Amino acid sequence: MKSDLNAIYVVVAREFIKFARERGRLISTLARPLLWLFLVGGGMSKMVSHDTLGMPYMHFIFPGILGMTILFSSIFSSISIIWDKEFGFMKEMLVAPVSRSSIVIGKALSGTAVSTIQALIILLLFPLVGLKLSIIQILLILGISALLSFCISALGILIATFYENLESFSVIMNFIVMPMFFLSGAMYPVKLLPDILKFFTMINPLTYGIDALKHMVFHEKKLLTHDFPLIFDIFIIAAASLSFVIIAANVFEKRK
Amino acid sequence: MTPIIIVESLTKQFGNINAVDGISFEVQSGTIFGFLGPNGAGKTTTINILCTLMSPTSGKASIDGHDCMKESSEVRKKMGIVFQDNTLDKELTAYENLLFHSYLYNISKRVRKIKIDDALNFVDLYERKDEPVKRFSGGMKRRLEVARAIIHQPKVLFLDEPTLGLDPQSRTNLWEFISELPKKHDVTVFMTTHYMEEAEICNKIAIIDKGKIIAQGSPNELKKMVGGDVIYLKTKDNFAAINEIKKMLNLEAEEKGGEVFISVSKGDACIPKLINTLGDMVISVRLQRPTLNDVFLKLTGKTIRPETVSGGDELKESIRSYRRRFDRG
Repeated sequence: MKSDLNAIYVVVAREFIKFARERGRLISTLARPLLWLFLVGGGMSKMVSHDTLGMPYMHFIFPGILGMTILFSSIFSSISIIWDKEFGFMKEMLVAPVSRSSIVIGKALSGTAVSTIQALIILLLFPLVGLKLSIIQILLILGISALLSFCISALGILIATFYENLESFSVIMNFIVMPMFFLSGAMYPVKLLPDILKFFTMINPLTYGIDALKHMVFHEKKLLTHDFPLIFDIFIIAAASLSFVIIAANVFEKRK
Repeated sequence: MTPIIIVESLTKQFGNINAVDGISFEVQSGTIFGFLGPNGAGKTTTINILCTLMSPTSGKASIDGHDCMKESSEVRKKMGIVFQDNTLDKELTAYENLLFHSYLYNISKRVRKIKIDDALNFVDLYERKDEPVKRFSGGMKRRLEVARAIIHQPKVLFLDEPTLGLDPQSRTNLWEFISELPKKHDVTVFMTTHYMEEAEICNKIAIIDKGKIIAQGSPNELKKMVGGDVIYLKTKDNFAAINEIKKMLNLEAEEKGGEVFISVSKGDACIPKLINTLGDMVISVRLQRPTLNDVFLKLTGKTIRPETVSGGDELKESIRSYRRRFDRG
């Protein structure tokens, strides 16, 4: 037990040391949501009328941009497992007398911490898009962000257990991460999608995370704010997180 | 002497290829055991099974009385390993790499720092402990890995091709260093290599080819398998010398390329006799002993090809920069 806590500590501490040293990584993961918020959001808001959404487009996508920040930073953080495999450090952990699950949990926790911090940075830009948030709202948004970060980190670990090398990286980006972002209700309301796409948004855990964030950001229910009850969102995210962690730990546990 | 590693009819199949094919051996505590064979002979697969990364298809393996399959946690506590490819975190400093290792092996806070400092001093890297590992040379990285592998005082240390990709000087240094390990750190060393000259420092060697052990023994025992030593003599009169050797010492001798060629079992003991018999006829004496390469040649009909250094590290560096581009893109 003690050694497993040590292992979790090692995984988390290592992630933080690297996060602090690789300034470029922080800047790049923050630059992406900012570009989307101000360049895509700014442009689109001229096309999408206030009346269709019942609010400015910049307001509408704000929870989606938070979700995007969390999606990318969590996936990047847990995909580092593939780098650890490729560059060998994973072997150092696999031959150590610690349980495989502690490695998985450590990775999920460090992904959660790192991407919640990034979500907070983006969140604090809310006055720039003209939103009004109370302290309570900010804290609740952070809570949802942490839960969603854990879920996406666990998914990232699960994905990473199936890949051995870095060639797979662009496959993951183009066929998993980007579709997850577009089919999450981040940029457009889920209600307006055709049925086939709606199906994919329903099986996407990010949809529920962003939906929960919408609950927190917008005070009152409007035409296109949230799609599901908050408790349902939270239940789905928690259930998904748990199953991702359990499956990933099991896959990890198996020997070749 | 008690065996610390016991392997019985170990087999590992990949598809229908037997990477390891029913091998059995024992390694005595406190010795250096060498696994010698060409690439793809099954050396790394055997190490992966012993260090609990792989399950065998059949057979048994145990370390210090613990089954490698059923008691993997006990086995992991008792062993240290230096893999063929570097497994340091190159973004971290030398000290951080060792510190994380000491956490993973549950080394108590009280002794952590002392042990890390000792290990760094042992491999002569103490002065550079706060530098990121990516600035280290190949030899330094390898030494740091050995230091890391002995911090938790393992009973068995696995070294998979420890000198691969090192320049000749670092290789010699590392080799001297490894030969001191059993005494200084009370550890049994299990190493693989395909360099014949390196295997000479082992107490015992198993020669492996195509998944099977084809010979085991001390380097000298193995060399005896290919016959004895050869003495080459340059003399003032080869013909007279050969006659004299046959008559006085009752040894076979013949002329080859201007030299007298004598095949004997103990060359070093024979030279004084030859000099006594031939007196000042002798111009020069040369003793040639069989090498492990000759042993391998005799057993398999081929030599172990010296491997071209694996391009692995270089490739990985380029992938790393590729990764950075993606991360920022």
